[in-house]
Amino acid sequence: MEFLSNLISGLSLGAIYALIALGYTMVYGIAKMLNFAHGDVIMIGAFTVLATVATAGFPWYIGIIASVIVCTVLGVTIEKIAYKPLRKANPLSVLITAIGVSYFLQSVALLIFGSGKQSFPTVIKANPIKLGSLIIQGNSVVTLIITTIIMVVLTLFINKTRLGKAMRAVSEDKDAAELMGISVNRTISLTFAIGSALAAVAGIFYGSTYGFVDPYAGAMPGIKAFVAAVFGGIGSIPGAMLGGILLGIIENLSKAYISTDLADAIVFGVLIVVLIVKPTGLLGKKIREKV
Amino acid sequence: MNNQRERTKMVPVPSHSIIPERDANFLPILEVSHLGINFNGLKAVDDFNLTVGRTEIAGLIGPNGAGKTTVFNLLTNVYQPTNGSIMLDGYNTAGKTTEQVNRMGIARTFQNIRLFSNMSVLDNVKVGLHNSIKTSLGASLLRLPSYYRNEKIANERALELLSIFKMENAAYDKAGSLPYGAQRRLEIVRALATNPGIILLDEPAAGMNPSETAELMENIRMIRDTFHIAVMLIEHDMNLVMGICEGICVLNYGRVIAKGTPDEIVSNPVVIEAYLGKKD
Repeated sequence: MEFLSNLISGLSLGAIYALIALGYTMVYGIAKMLNFAHGDVIMIGAFTVLATVATAGFPWYIGIIASVIVCTVLGVTIEKIAYKPLRKANPLSVLITAIGVSYFLQSVALLIFGSGKQSFPTVIKANPIKLGSLIIQGNSVVTLIITTIIMVVLTLFINKTRLGKAMRAVSEDKDAAELMGISVNRTISLTFAIGSALAAVAGIFYGSTYGFVDPYAGAMPGIKAFVAAVFGGIGSIPGAMLGGILLGIIENLSKAYISTDLADAIVFGVLIVVLIVKPTGLLGKKIREKV
Repeated sequence: MNNQRERTKMVPVPSHSIIPERDANFLPILEVSHLGINFNGLKAVDDFNLTVGRTEIAGLIGPNGAGKTTVFNLLTNVYQPTNGSIMLDGYNTAGKTTEQVNRMGIARTFQNIRLFSNMSVLDNVKVGLHNSIKTSLGASLLRLPSYYRNEKIANERALELLSIFKMENAAYDKAGSLPYGAQRRLEIVRALATNPGIILLDEPAAGMNPSETAELMENIRMIRDTFHIAVMLIEHDMNLVMGICEGICVLNYGRVIAKGTPDEIVSNPVVIEAYLGKKD
């Protein structure tokens, strides 16, 4: 029973990683860049909830909506200002810029909210579920349900809609997609918008799970979600989902049965092993050679 | 093959080009004047002038490195020209993006096949239909009736286009798994799906055997006749070029060295020299 309960909270943690990893993997797939500021968008999303609900006293759903809107606008703006001018630049310049944006967001949060940990308001009010001796946190249940819905909708969107097809086309061949009359700029904006909206949702779950937020709160989940995306095969959407969930489970089970201190080391160790055995990640596609 | 060739009468137009007589009373689909591009001082294309009639099959030939693909890249605004202008269906394409130029009516295929190889054949064509059949995002996510209606229209249209090349049975195969010749045909179908006024084919017969090439020639004529559009092609297969092109433009070192009908081109000493070298 204890194992099952650990597994479920691992699943729920993994679902959060998966939501963040989706942002990394989609942006990588479409814009071929690693957006290292993605983790900090999560932190901004969590702070938005804090500011609207705890400080301004709005109800929880306003907090959620505000957070999603702020993050979406933020993500699209970051792309327009920081990454778009570098679209044809050396990938290293883009990477450095992304790290710069990450520090910028952290500094802005430091200026506005201070450096201390602030307790996250209760946004998700769900009672624990008891099944015999098994107790599942309400938080975990809500996280799992919402994440599953989001993943199903996202998968349908990517595979079944016109814009989803346009996104897949741009990710396969940007120039050919443009010659099919698809606006690459608009597709990239859309990708950042979706990724950042997912980051906002992840921020809310993350804040609710750990109960606090500070300006550095996004850094660690950001890095782990990036690991999850690479683990699952960067660029692959089902890969990000699988990678995130596996990572959450591994982390939680390591914490429960091996050592809390070693949990992160084990997580990154697993990544190293996977990449040695399968360099493209679990569901990653083989890199085709261009002839 | 020569006896099948329909003799087209080409007539001169004010821009010193020639177009088929049947197109003479209509606005040319493409009118390029003094087009040029410099790459770090190197004139890859210089003073390129061309007029293509609305239903003309035009050929662009020349030795390797003559700048033929560069011309295609200029026509689709993949490169921005250093000088000159391109009038597409009477509208100047200066400053437009590739995607806007495509919507204005120009589509192309690539020398190296560039399909979305992980997507199905049908989805490749539906990407081409991106701008012609639109459903709002909300309607697609909520699965409103308009989504199903438009999806049905898009599917039917895509299958109809595929059936032109008898590819409807492969609709649900992965594009990357098709045989080579079928991939080339799919690229043409995908380009046609964007509803162009002129389609640019970059070496459509590359890697094809003679019977496939003969079929391709029939297909190109059929496209022109079915869609009433112009076709412009780059090709090294002279049987194909001489067999279906009405007007031919020969490029060498980025400059036009000859223009004319197939008969004029094959007997032009400048062209022979460009291809075979100077006779001593």
